[in-house]
Amino acid sequence: MQFTLEEGEVVALLGPNGAGKTTLLRAIAGLLPLASGRVVLDGRVLEDAASRAYVPTEERSIGFVFQDYLLFPHLSVVDNVAFGVRSRAVAAEWLERMGLSRYASARPAALSGGERQRVALARALAPGPRVLLLDEPLAALDVSARADVRRDLKAHLSAFRGVRLLVTHDPLEAVTLADRLIVMEQGKHVQSGTPVEVTERPRSRYVADLVGVNLLRGLADHGAVRVGSALVAAAGADSGEVFAVVHPRAVALHRARPEGSPRNVWQGRAGGIELLGDRVRVRIEGEVPMVAEVTPGALAELGLVEGTPVWLSFKATDVAVYPA
Amino acid sequence: MRREKAPLWIGLLAALGAAFFIIPLVGLVVRAPWGDAARSLTSADSLEALKLSLIASLSSTALALVLGVPLAWVYARVDFPGRAVVRALTTLPMVLPPVVGGIALLLAFGRRGLLGSWLALVGVSLPFTTAGVVLAETFVAMPFLVLTVEAGLRSMDRRYEDAARTLGARRWTVFTRVTLPLIAPSIFAGAVLCWARALGEFGATITFAGNFPGVTQTMPLAVYLLLETNNPQGSYVLSLVLLLVSLAVLVGLRHRWLGSA
Repeated sequence: MQFTLEEGEVVALLGPNGAGKTTLLRAIAGLLPLASGRVVLDGRVLEDAASRAYVPTEERSIGFVFQDYLLFPHLSVVDNVAFGVRSRAVAAEWLERMGLSRYASARPAALSGGERQRVALARALAPGPRVLLLDEPLAALDVSARADVRRDLKAHLSAFRGVRLLVTHDPLEAVTLADRLIVMEQGKHVQSGTPVEVTERPRSRYVADLVGVNLLRGLADHGAVRVGSALVAAAGADSGEVFAVVHPRAVALHRARPEGSPRNVWQGRAGGIELLGDRVRVRIEGEVPMVAEVTPGALAELGLVEGTPVWLSFKATDVAVYPA
Repeated sequence: MRREKAPLWIGLLAALGAAFFIIPLVGLVVRAPWGDAARSLTSADSLEALKLSLIASLSSTALALVLGVPLAWVYARVDFPGRAVVRALTTLPMVLPPVVGGIALLLAFGRRGLLGSWLALVGVSLPFTTAGVVLAETFVAMPFLVLTVEAGLRSMDRRYEDAARTLGARRWTVFTRVTLPLIAPSIFAGAVLCWARALGEFGATITFAGNFPGVTQTMPLAVYLLLETNNPQGSYVLSLVLLLVSLAVLVGLRHRWLGSA
């Protein structure tokens, strides 16, 4: 995979656990030698596996916020921040900016998770790096603390003028913190774009599941998409290989074959049933598996349990089609 | 731990095993001439042996730290051909009879030894000197420090070093400001263990450095000499001092070796 990061944008590398996100960050920082490929910053080659060029980590001007922060346990908070910038005065200014002055002489172990994260951020930013890398910046925090820390982090990230890249498996984190997403699966680049582009037009099962929509892939044929041996009516389907997205809310369920206008009607069997707030998600097994979202009332009325045969329907106009 | 009662025969053997250690120690404490202790201890010979023992054991601990910590670092971090063999050879003194170590040192640093003949050319002679005592003690005691520090290096989280590098620290800075402080407990434990072993060193010392009062006669040597020259009272007192030192080391490091038991 290949990507370019621009100054002035926050980029999130999004992918499931084990996709190779942390490995990629470590490689950019020079902590993991490249077997192939290259890293270039401002036109300067930092590393090139082919020519064996290698600029050591300490000369790369890359700030790194580690997942568990890795604050030096034997140094006070101010000495942690001063480690890279080599000035207690500058470190004290950073603590001031982060609202942490009162902890200057404390040991990192005495701080809360959110405070530790701010110290880690101050420590990484104090030497004035060109690039800031963040590895799962909120993963080490309690769920209850995340919203506040996320808001703070967003503010601090926008105050930094260099290149910013963060890695996460949490779509909420990616969408709220980043201007651009790069989706990665099994070491490969799957999709990139603004959060809106990625969530509205998922190009992988992983993103579709994160966003919670039905993603089909097939061959468009004048108003329909052929998925396997089934034909799904879709307004706007023209020709070629396409993705088709159907929101679960657009899928209606019936005990008997429905009358009326929906173009897509077929029978399946109820699979997994999952309560999601005030909605229920029902997986319908069949030739084209779909997820439908109904109210708990509707579910009771249908008398659905796992294995019940059920009819589903959705309109051709509720299918969003875009080229694969 | 699940507690249970010991069957009779296990209990008896266990008690015998424990008594085997306790009775001699009790004997030492009971039979030591407490009344003469102060006089025996402050006699010129005893004081000299005590002083020499402290100087030599602390010097050898310092030497072991200077050479042993880098050696442990290499063992823990660097893969080089013959690493296993070199590591085994440097660990050997832990199990080697000390007197054999003394002979080996003589053959290396003695007047006609491998290196000794060269050292003699520049006027340096190590056998039968205080420097020889330090050398003998270091030879026997340093492996304890190396193994302890190596274990500490292997179990430390190396990502702290990565963090330091992203902050612009070069290797030496990483080593002195991050690695060493993080493994400080291991270095301390290794140094204490090494010092205790050096303090009790007998075989290699007497073989390589001899037994000259004030120059190479350390406490263990003095204890043995007093016993041989019909002054057992003096040897009891010096033994008691060494026992107390060992006890202090054990109590000081109990969390490390004895757990919470």
